[in-house]
Amino acid sequence: MSEVRNVVIVGSGPAGYTAAIYAARAQLDPIIYEGSVTAGGALMNTTEVENFPGFTDGVMGPDLMDSMRKQAKRFGAELITDDIVEMDLTGDVKVLKDGSGNTVKAKSVILATGSAYREIGLVNEKRLSGHGVSWCATCDGFFFRGQTIAVVGGGDSAVEEATFLTRFAEKVVLIHRRDTLRASKIMAERAKANPKIEFLWNTEVIDVLGADKVEALKLRNTVDGTESERAFTGLFVAIGHIPRSELIVGQIDLDNEGYVICEGRSTRTNQKGVFACGDLVDHTYRQAITAAGSGCAAALDAEKFLAH
Amino acid sequence: MATSKVTTATFDAEVLKSSTPVLVDFWAEWCGPCRAVGPILEEISDEYGSKIKIVKLNTDEESAIAIKYGITSIPSMYVFVNGEVVTQIVGAKPKPALLKDLESFLA
Repeated sequence: MSEVRNVVIVGSGPAGYTAAIYAARAQLDPIIYEGSVTAGGALMNTTEVENFPGFTDGVMGPDLMDSMRKQAKRFGAELITDDIVEMDLTGDVKVLKDGSGNTVKAKSVILATGSAYREIGLVNEKRLSGHGVSWCATCDGFFFRGQTIAVVGGGDSAVEEATFLTRFAEKVVLIHRRDTLRASKIMAERAKANPKIEFLWNTEVIDVLGADKVEALKLRNTVDGTESERAFTGLFVAIGHIPRSELIVGQIDLDNEGYVICEGRSTRTNQKGVFACGDLVDHTYRQAITAAGSGCAAALDAEKFLAH
Repeated sequence: MATSKVTTATFDAEVLKSSTPVLVDFWAEWCGPCRAVGPILEEISDEYGSKIKIVKLNTDEESAIAIKYGITSIPSMYVFVNGEVVTQIVGAKPKPALLKDLESFLA
């Protein structure tokens, strides 16, 4: 591609697709790289989304993303189901390369790459990934029918995963390093009322045991340091996310956790013509609706930039 | 050539007794990443079908086989050579990454 596009959007969760909708309606002829296997973002791995406004009876995550995608397409956004693997954002013309080896040039870029699951960081957690260790209950819960499994975490994700897993598991033990949940009250109440969920407070997982699959977890009490072992055949890690900023390190200013730093309340990054939105930027709220809102802002910021 | 479906009834003949390596894609309808990697496997099958046979096993329909091979996460792509699992790929990956994982079978 030798022509220079007005705007390239990298990433396709609520932030990316909303940016695409607004940019397309502003007649900027946007091109959006959705990702070859990650198109739709985090909501593709959830079931009912009950808190996205406008859906009285809730909506399935993948269905919501499919609607956003269709809406972007309707207004003429060009959708590419591939990954951006390299970016040079430093010049007036930004140059990006995709997974198939093609190059695209643009006057402006909207970064909406979101975040990835945070790992506990144990060697055996990685080793047994896909063999009893998982970060996605809706993806893998099915395979733990009738088993006793553990979920690590204390926020909405952890509680939602634990609750979802009770559809399959015999028993779900929610392991949290403090003695209170961070999760929203309604989620916490549902979990506490669920007879299949047991809470292990003030506890952290310090090792995952098993030769070819998860057999037990080594635990430590965060108050008095005592260690113990308990049999589990599954471990679901739900301790948060890390921003996907690996490709832009060194070009775009990031804070010490890897989140993109934007100017005030805008989506402007330190590079002229580069804007960032969604969970790549947001430490605090990380909701589909806040991501969508920031995607809109990014498109409007890009439009203003291009008009000058 | 396109990928084909394999069932409990055909597993032995199609996978275990195959003279060429076979990649078994363990998948399910409700699994987003499985659906995302589907078209990629079709492409690889079209391009390298003579070197590696790619078949799809629906874990909802054929759960006994999924349990037999210890599947706990999908998509799981297991490569069988002479009836034995020699490579295990877990999770959806972009095409370049899958081709790298399957390098030794595609040469």
